[in-house]
Amino acid sequence: MALDQSFVGRTYPPTDPYEVGREKIREFAEAVGDANPAYTDPEAAKALGHPDVIAPPTFVFAITFKAAGEVVADPQLGLDYSRVVHGDQKFAYTRPVRAGDRLTVTSTIEAIKSLAGNDILDIRGEVYDEAGEHVVTAWTKLVARAAEEA
Amino acid sequence: MTAKISYADVEVGTELPAQTFPVTRATLVQYAGASGDFNPIHWNEKFAKEVGLPDVIAHGMFTMAEAIRVVTDWTGDPGAVVEYGVRFTKPVVVPNDDQGATIEVSGKVAAKLDDNTVRVDLTATSAGQKVLGMSRAVVRLA
Repeated sequence: MALDQSFVGRTYPPTDPYEVGREKIREFAEAVGDANPAYTDPEAAKALGHPDVIAPPTFVFAITFKAAGEVVADPQLGLDYSRVVHGDQKFAYTRPVRAGDRLTVTSTIEAIKSLAGNDILDIRGEVYDEAGEHVVTAWTKLVARAAEEA
Repeated sequence: MTAKISYADVEVGTELPAQTFPVTRATLVQYAGASGDFNPIHWNEKFAKEVGLPDVIAHGMFTMAEAIRVVTDWTGDPGAVVEYGVRFTKPVVVPNDDQGATIEVSGKVAAKLDDNTVRVDLTATSAGQKVLGMSRAVVRLA
């Protein structure tokens, strides 16, 4: 079922702040097997010019995707999440995410397309810190595969 | 930001050290917990096959996280990454054995841009198949 085009351009309210913790960053870095000390050692991070440990580049996806979940689950949009796969992902950073950040995400539906029965949804998540400064923008393309003929 | 690679020292075609990243079922369970992505296609073989996959597959975001390590290990400072994007073209299939799968990643400088930045094009394969497309990072060098 084609999605409602009138949702293009719709922006959802900002999420409640997500507080980035050192131990959460460590847990993520360990899960991807990345021993870069900038993720776990505040002194190593400071030596690189960061005020505290920073997060690996893709860490922020957990936060933006949760925000995008609100869009995906919007019953008025009517996306069949059980058929959704992740098509593309892109990030543009003003600065790296770091421990102590309190981040909010504002999600916008950038595009809705229908291609060979697949619904394609482009969501942009703008991530800001507590001071209202831009940290990173995440673009997520979701593809809801066409349902098989019954 | 203090990348250990100098802009003046790289040219278009400069190759980054390639790396191989192992991924087993245990890796995927750990990544699910750390990332909060508990989609059963990443840990439940029965479910994965029911939805038409050959077997359990790795999180696309796990593969994306591994691929950028070729860049961040090269620059030293992960905060030097300005942009990073990928297309998920094929899944990384992870069998239920001690070996699991491997993701092989290579990268080379594709363009020198303004402001001491370069674009690095990454290639990621698993079992001989390209698993990421349009995999590009812009990184600020010293």
